[in-house]
Amino acid sequence: MQRLKLFLPLITFAAIAIFFYTMVSRIDQGEYNPQDLPSALINKPFPSFSLAKLEDLTVSLQQKDLLGNITLVNVWATWCPSCHVEHGYLNYLFSEKDMIIVGVNYKDKAPAAQRWLQTKGNPYRFNIFDPDGILGLDLGVTGAPETYVLDHRGFVRFRYQGPLNEMVWQDKFQALIEQLQQEQLAYNGRGSR
Amino acid sequence: MRLLALLLLLFSPALMAVVETYHFDDDEKRDRYQTFVEELRCPKCQNQNLAGSNSPIAKDLRRELHRLLEEGRDDEQVVEYMVSRYGEFVLYRPRFNPETAVLWLAPMIFLALGLALVAMVFRRQKKPAGAATETLNDNEKKALNDILKEQDVGDTNG
Repeated sequence: MQRLKLFLPLITFAAIAIFFYTMVSRIDQGEYNPQDLPSALINKPFPSFSLAKLEDLTVSLQQKDLLGNITLVNVWATWCPSCHVEHGYLNYLFSEKDMIIVGVNYKDKAPAAQRWLQTKGNPYRFNIFDPDGILGLDLGVTGAPETYVLDHRGFVRFRYQGPLNEMVWQDKFQALIEQLQQEQLAYNGRGSR
Repeated sequence: MRLLALLLLLFSPALMAVVETYHFDDDEKRDRYQTFVEELRCPKCQNQNLAGSNSPIAKDLRRELHRLLEEGRDDEQVVEYMVSRYGEFVLYRPRFNPETAVLWLAPMIFLALGLALVAMVFRRQKKPAGAATETLNDNEKKALNDILKEQDVGDTNG
Protein backbone atom coordinates (compact mmCIF):
# COMPACT_ATOMS: atom_id res chain seq x y z
CA MET A 1 0.00 0.00 0.00
CA GLN A 2 2.78 2.39 1.02
CA ARG A 3 4.76 1.38 -2.05
CA LEU A 4 1.75 1.93 -4.29
CA LYS A 5 1.35 5.47 -3.00
CA LEU A 6 4.83 6.32 -4.26
CA PHE A 7 3.75 5.43 -7.76
CA LEU A 8 0.52 7.35 -7.58
CA PRO A 9 1.88 10.40 -9.46
CA LEU A 10 3.27 8.15 -12.17
CA ILE A 11 -0.01 6.28 -12.50
CA THR A 12 -1.93 9.56 -12.67
CA PHE A 13 0.45 10.85 -15.30
CA ALA A 14 0.10 7.65 -17.34
CA ALA A 15 -3.70 7.81 -17.16
CA ILE A 16 -3.75 11.42 -18.35
CA ALA A 17 -1.20 10.69 -21.07
CA ILE A 18 -3.27 7.77 -22.37
CA PHE A 19 -6.40 9.94 -22.35
CA PHE A 20 -4.72 12.72 -24.33
CA TYR A 21 -3.13 10.27 -26.72
CA THR A 22 -6.46 8.62 -27.56
CA MET A 23 -8.07 12.02 -28.09
CA VAL A 24 -5.29 13.15 -30.42
CA SER A 25 -5.42 9.94 -32.42
CA ARG A 26 -9.21 10.20 -32.66
CA ILE A 27 -8.79 13.71 -34.04
CA ASP A 28 -6.17 12.42 -36.51
CA GLN A 29 -8.52 9.72 -37.75
CA GLY A 30 -11.34 12.23 -38.14
CA GLU A 31 -13.48 10.46 -35.54
CA TYR A 32 -13.63 13.51 -33.37
CA ASN A 33 -13.35 17.17 -34.23
CA PRO A 34 -13.12 19.57 -31.32
CA GLN A 35 -14.63 22.27 -33.51
CA ASP A 36 -17.81 20.28 -34.11
CA LEU A 37 -20.63 21.61 -32.04
CA PRO A 38 -23.56 19.47 -31.11
CA SER A 39 -26.49 21.10 -32.85
CA ALA A 40 -29.11 22.56 -30.55
CA LEU A 41 -31.76 21.56 -33.08
CA ILE A 42 -31.42 17.79 -32.89
CA ASN A 43 -34.86 16.16 -32.60
CA LYS A 44 -36.51 19.54 -33.05
CA PRO A 45 -38.48 20.72 -36.07
CA PHE A 46 -36.63 22.59 -38.78
CA PRO A 47 -37.03 26.31 -37.97
CA SER A 48 -39.77 28.16 -39.78
CA PHE A 49 -38.70 30.60 -42.46
CA SER A 50 -39.96 32.49 -45.45
CA LEU A 51 -37.28 33.10 -48.03
CA ALA A 52 -36.95 33.37 -51.79
CA LYS A 53 -36.08 30.47 -54.05
CA LEU A 54 -32.66 30.93 -55.59
CA GLU A 55 -33.71 29.55 -58.96
CA ASP A 56 -36.63 31.97 -59.15
CA LEU A 57 -36.42 34.82 -56.68
CA THR A 58 -40.12 35.65 -57.01
CA VAL A 59 -41.11 32.30 -55.46
CA SER A 60 -41.25 32.14 -51.68
CA LEU A 61 -40.33 29.00 -49.79
CA GLN A 62 -41.54 27.91 -46.36
CA GLN A 63 -40.90 25.26 -43.76
CA LYS A 64 -43.74 23.14 -45.18
CA ASP A 65 -41.78 22.70 -48.43
CA LEU A 66 -39.38 20.47 -46.50
CA LEU A 67 -41.95 18.06 -45.11
CA GLY A 68 -42.79 14.54 -46.21
CA ASN A 69 -39.41 13.22 -47.30
CA ILE A 70 -36.09 12.33 -45.78
CA THR A 71 -34.12 15.36 -46.86
CA LEU A 72 -30.56 16.54 -46.72
CA VAL A 73 -30.35 20.27 -46.18
CA ASN A 74 -26.99 21.46 -47.41
CA VAL A 75 -25.72 24.90 -46.48
CA TRP A 76 -23.39 26.23 -49.16
CA ALA A 77 -21.98 29.39 -50.68
CA THR A 78 -19.81 30.33 -53.62
CA TRP A 79 -17.28 31.97 -51.28
CA CYS A 80 -16.72 28.72 -49.43
CA PRO A 81 -13.73 26.69 -50.68
CA SER A 82 -14.84 23.41 -49.11
CA CYS A 83 -18.16 23.72 -50.93
CA HIS A 84 -16.28 23.49 -54.25
CA VAL A 85 -14.73 20.25 -53.05
CA GLU A 86 -18.02 18.92 -51.79
CA HIS A 87 -20.17 19.75 -54.81
CA GLY A 88 -19.12 16.76 -56.88
CA TYR A 89 -20.13 14.41 -54.11
CA LEU A 90 -23.53 16.09 -53.78
CA ASN A 91 -24.06 15.51 -57.50
CA TYR A 92 -23.21 11.87 -56.90
CA LEU A 93 -25.60 11.58 -53.93
CA PHE A 94 -28.38 13.01 -56.06
CA SER A 95 -27.82 11.00 -59.22
CA GLU A 96 -26.60 7.66 -57.80
CA LYS A 97 -28.17 7.46 -54.35
CA ASP A 98 -31.43 9.27 -55.15
CA MET A 99 -31.06 11.53 -52.15
CA ILE A 100 -33.33 14.54 -51.89
CA ILE A 101 -31.07 17.50 -51.27
CA VAL A 102 -32.27 21.00 -50.53
CA GLY A 103 -29.71 23.78 -50.65
CA VAL A 104 -29.45 26.77 -48.40
CA ASN A 105 -27.47 29.37 -50.28
CA TYR A 106 -25.89 31.08 -47.31
CA LYS A 107 -24.82 34.75 -47.30
CA ASP A 108 -24.18 34.72 -51.00
CA LYS A 109 -25.01 36.73 -54.10
CA ALA A 110 -27.76 35.33 -56.31
CA PRO A 111 -26.09 35.74 -59.74
CA ALA A 112 -22.87 34.05 -58.57
CA ALA A 113 -24.82 31.22 -56.96
CA GLN A 114 -27.01 30.72 -60.05
CA ARG A 115 -23.92 30.60 -62.24
CA TRP A 116 -22.38 28.03 -59.90
CA LEU A 117 -25.37 25.72 -60.31
CA GLN A 118 -25.29 26.09 -64.09
CA THR A 119 -21.60 25.27 -64.40
CA LYS A 120 -21.13 22.68 -61.65
CA GLY A 121 -24.43 20.85 -61.95
CA ASN A 122 -27.45 21.16 -59.72
CA PRO A 123 -28.07 18.32 -57.26
CA TYR A 124 -30.61 20.38 -55.32
CA ARG A 125 -34.36 19.94 -55.48
CA PHE A 126 -34.48 23.67 -54.80
CA ASN A 127 -32.32 26.25 -53.09
CA ILE A 128 -33.38 28.54 -50.28
CA PHE A 129 -31.78 31.92 -50.87
CA ASP A 130 -30.54 33.26 -47.54
CA PRO A 131 -28.34 36.28 -48.34
CA ASP A 132 -28.38 37.67 -44.79
CA GLY A 133 -27.93 34.40 -43.00
CA ILE A 134 -31.32 34.67 -41.26
CA LEU A 135 -32.19 31.02 -41.66
CA GLY A 136 -28.55 30.20 -40.98
CA LEU A 137 -28.84 31.92 -37.64
CA ASP A 138 -31.99 30.03 -36.70
CA LEU A 139 -30.33 26.80 -37.75
CA GLY A 140 -27.25 27.53 -35.69
CA VAL A 141 -25.00 27.48 -38.74
CA THR A 142 -21.45 28.43 -37.87
CA GLY A 143 -20.02 28.24 -41.39
CA ALA A 144 -20.37 26.49 -44.71
CA PRO A 145 -20.63 23.72 -45.66
CA GLU A 146 -22.99 22.14 -43.19
CA THR A 147 -25.46 19.36 -43.84
CA TYR A 148 -28.62 18.63 -41.88
CA VAL A 149 -30.60 15.41 -42.09
CA LEU A 150 -34.36 15.86 -41.80
CA ASP A 151 -36.73 12.97 -41.27
CA HIS A 152 -40.11 12.73 -43.01
CA ARG A 153 -41.72 14.85 -40.27
CA GLY A 154 -39.27 17.66 -40.98
CA PHE A 155 -37.38 17.13 -37.71
CA VAL A 156 -33.63 17.70 -37.63
CA ARG A 157 -31.98 14.40 -36.78
CA PHE A 158 -28.33 15.06 -37.51
CA ARG A 159 -26.01 17.88 -38.41
CA TYR A 160 -22.62 17.49 -40.02
CA GLN A 161 -20.13 20.34 -40.19
CA GLY A 162 -17.66 20.15 -43.05
CA PRO A 163 -17.60 18.81 -46.60
CA LEU A 164 -19.30 15.53 -47.42
CA ASN A 165 -17.42 12.72 -49.11
CA GLU A 166 -17.75 8.96 -49.42
CA MET A 167 -15.94 8.27 -46.16
CA VAL A 168 -18.06 10.69 -44.16
CA TRP A 169 -21.18 9.32 -45.80
CA GLN A 170 -20.38 5.71 -44.92
CA ASP A 171 -19.36 6.68 -41.45
CA LYS A 172 -22.01 9.12 -40.33
CA PHE A 173 -24.94 9.11 -42.75
CA GLN A 174 -25.56 5.67 -44.23
CA ALA A 175 -26.90 3.97 -41.11
CA LEU A 176 -28.96 6.99 -40.08
CA ILE A 177 -30.60 7.30 -43.50
CA GLU A 178 -31.51 3.61 -43.41
CA GLN A 179 -32.97 4.00 -39.94
CA LEU A 180 -35.01 7.02 -41.05
CA GLN A 181 -36.30 5.09 -44.07
CA GLN A 182 -37.47 2.34 -41.68
CA GLU A 183 -39.19 4.94 -39.55
CA GLN A 184 -40.89 6.41 -42.57
CA LEU A 185 -42.05 2.98 -43.76
CA ALA A 186 -43.42 2.18 -40.32
CA TYR A 187 -45.21 5.51 -40.25
CA ASN A 188 -46.71 5.10 -43.72
CA GLY A 189 -47.74 1.53 -42.91
CA ARG A 190 -49.60 2.71 -39.85
CA GLY A 191 -51.26 5.50 -41.80
CA SER A 192 -52.69 3.26 -44.53
CA ARG A 193 -54.20 0.73 -42.16
CA MET B 1 11.96 52.76 -41.21
CA ARG B 2 9.85 54.69 -38.77
CA LEU B 3 7.10 54.82 -41.37
CA LEU B 4 7.23 51.06 -41.73
CA ALA B 5 6.90 50.62 -38.00
CA LEU B 6 3.95 52.95 -37.97
CA LEU B 7 2.30 51.05 -40.81
CA LEU B 8 2.88 47.76 -39.01
CA LEU B 9 1.31 49.22 -35.93
CA LEU B 10 -1.68 50.48 -37.87
CA PHE B 11 -2.39 47.12 -39.45
CA SER B 12 -1.58 44.91 -36.50
CA PRO B 13 -4.15 42.13 -35.96
CA ALA B 14 -4.92 43.46 -32.48
CA LEU B 15 -6.19 46.67 -34.00
CA MET B 16 -7.98 44.95 -36.87
CA ALA B 17 -10.01 43.01 -34.33
CA VAL B 18 -11.72 46.20 -33.25
CA VAL B 19 -15.31 45.67 -34.20
CA GLU B 20 -18.18 47.69 -35.55
CA THR B 21 -19.89 50.14 -33.25
CA TYR B 22 -23.56 50.11 -32.46
CA HIS B 23 -25.73 52.90 -31.28
CA PHE B 24 -27.86 52.31 -28.21
CA ASP B 25 -30.79 54.28 -26.83
CA ASP B 26 -29.39 54.31 -23.34
CA ASP B 27 -26.22 53.47 -21.42
CA GLU B 28 -27.83 50.60 -19.58
CA LYS B 29 -28.33 48.74 -22.85
CA ARG B 30 -24.78 49.49 -23.93
CA ASP B 31 -23.49 48.05 -20.68
CA ARG B 32 -25.58 44.91 -21.13
CA TYR B 33 -24.31 44.61 -24.72
CA GLN B 34 -20.73 44.83 -23.44
CA THR B 35 -21.40 42.18 -20.80
CA PHE B 36 -22.98 39.89 -23.38
CA VAL B 37 -20.21 40.17 -25.98
CA GLU B 38 -17.73 39.36 -23.24
CA GLU B 39 -19.68 36.37 -21.94
CA LEU B 40 -21.03 34.88 -25.16
CA ARG B 41 -18.71 32.62 -27.01
CA CYS B 42 -18.17 32.66 -30.75
CA PRO B 43 -19.59 29.30 -31.97
CA LYS B 44 -17.02 28.95 -34.72
CA CYS B 45 -13.98 29.67 -32.58
CA GLN B 46 -12.56 27.43 -29.92
CA ASN B 47 -11.97 30.01 -27.28
CA GLN B 48 -12.94 33.53 -28.21
CA ASN B 49 -15.84 35.59 -27.07
CA LEU B 50 -18.01 37.61 -29.43
CA ALA B 51 -16.07 40.75 -28.60
CA GLY B 52 -12.75 39.24 -29.56
CA SER B 53 -13.67 37.42 -32.75
CA ASN B 54 -13.90 38.88 -36.23
CA SER B 55 -15.33 35.73 -37.80
CA PRO B 56 -18.50 36.35 -39.84
CA ILE B 57 -20.65 34.39 -37.43
CA ALA B 58 -19.50 36.46 -34.46
CA LYS B 59 -20.33 39.60 -36.43
CA ASP B 60 -23.82 38.25 -37.16
CA LEU B 61 -24.37 37.41 -33.54
CA ARG B 62 -23.27 40.86 -32.41
CA ARG B 63 -25.78 42.32 -34.88
CA GLU B 64 -28.51 40.05 -33.53
CA LEU B 65 -27.56 40.90 -29.97
CA HIS B 66 -27.86 44.59 -30.75
CA ARG B 67 -31.24 43.99 -32.36
CA LEU B 68 -32.55 41.93 -29.44
CA LEU B 69 -31.45 44.49 -26.89
CA GLU B 70 -32.93 47.36 -28.87
CA GLU B 71 -36.18 45.41 -29.09
CA GLY B 72 -36.22 45.45 -25.32
CA ARG B 73 -35.67 41.75 -24.64
CA ASP B 74 -34.46 40.94 -21.16
CA ASP B 75 -31.26 39.03 -20.37
CA GLU B 76 -33.11 35.77 -19.92
CA GLN B 77 -34.64 36.01 -23.40
CA VAL B 78 -31.32 36.89 -25.03
CA VAL B 79 -29.63 33.89 -23.42
CA GLU B 80 -32.53 31.66 -24.47
CA TYR B 81 -32.28 32.96 -28.05
CA MET B 82 -28.59 32.11 -28.25
CA VAL B 83 -28.81 28.74 -26.50
CA SER B 84 -31.76 27.54 -28.57
CA ARG B 85 -29.61 28.04 -31.68
CA TYR B 86 -26.09 27.24 -30.62
CA GLY B 87 -26.49 25.22 -27.42
CA GLU B 88 -24.92 25.76 -24.02
CA PHE B 89 -21.57 26.07 -25.79
CA VAL B 90 -22.17 29.78 -26.49
CA LEU B 91 -22.32 30.62 -22.80
CA TYR B 92 -19.00 31.10 -21.11
CA ARG B 93 -20.97 30.75 -17.90
CA PRO B 94 -23.26 27.82 -18.77
CA ARG B 95 -26.48 27.32 -16.85
CA PHE B 96 -26.65 24.45 -14.41
CA ASN B 97 -28.37 21.41 -15.90
CA PRO B 98 -27.58 17.69 -16.20
CA GLU B 99 -25.47 18.37 -19.29
CA THR B 100 -23.28 20.98 -17.63
CA ALA B 101 -23.30 19.52 -14.11
CA VAL B 102 -19.84 18.01 -14.60
CA LEU B 103 -18.44 21.40 -15.60
CA TRP B 104 -19.81 23.05 -12.51
CA LEU B 105 -19.18 20.28 -10.00
CA ALA B 106 -15.81 18.92 -11.12
CA PRO B 107 -13.77 21.82 -9.69
CA MET B 108 -15.53 21.50 -6.33
CA ILE B 109 -14.99 17.75 -6.29
CA PHE B 110 -11.32 18.20 -7.10
CA LEU B 111 -11.03 20.90 -4.44
CA ALA B 112 -12.60 18.57 -1.88
CA LEU B 113 -10.25 15.75 -2.91
CA GLY B 114 -7.26 18.08 -2.66
CA LEU B 115 -8.27 19.35 0.76
CA ALA B 116 -8.81 15.79 1.95
CA LEU B 117 -5.34 14.87 0.70
CA VAL B 118 -3.73 17.86 2.41
CA ALA B 119 -5.55 17.07 5.64
CA MET B 120 -4.35 13.47 5.46
CA VAL B 121 -0.73 14.49 4.91
CA PHE B 122 -0.81 16.97 7.78
CA ARG B 123 -2.36 14.48 10.17
CA ARG B 124 0.32 11.97 9.29
CA GLN B 125 3.09 14.52 9.90
CA LYS B 126 1.78 15.41 13.36
CA LYS B 127 2.42 11.87 14.57
CA PRO B 128 6.01 11.39 15.77
CA ALA B 129 8.07 10.16 12.86
CA GLY B 130 10.18 7.01 13.21
CA ALA B 131 13.48 8.82 12.65
CA ALA B 132 12.85 11.12 15.59
CA THR B 133 13.21 8.31 18.18
CA GLU B 134 17.01 8.48 17.83
CA THR B 135 17.10 11.88 19.47
CA LEU B 136 14.81 10.99 22.36
CA ASN B 137 16.39 10.62 25.77
CA ASP B 138 15.78 7.57 27.90
CA ASN B 139 12.88 9.05 29.85
CA GLU B 140 11.12 10.08 26.72
CA LYS B 141 11.65 6.67 25.17
CA LYS B 142 10.15 5.05 28.20
CA ALA B 143 7.20 7.40 28.17
CA LEU B 144 6.69 6.77 24.50
CA ASN B 145 6.82 3.02 24.93
CA ASP B 146 4.31 3.29 27.72
CA ILE B 147 1.98 5.28 25.52
CA LEU B 148 2.41 2.84 22.67
CA LYS B 149 1.67 -0.09 24.93
CA GLU B 150 -1.31 1.71 26.34
CA GLN B 151 -2.78 2.40 22.96
CA ASP B 152 -1.73 -1.01 21.71
CA VAL B 153 -0.54 0.41 18.42
CA GLY B 154 1.23 -2.14 16.26
CA ASP B 155 3.07 0.27 14.01
CA THR B 156 5.88 -1.75 12.48
CA ASN B 157 7.61 1.33 11.11
CA GLY B 158 8.09 2.88 14.55
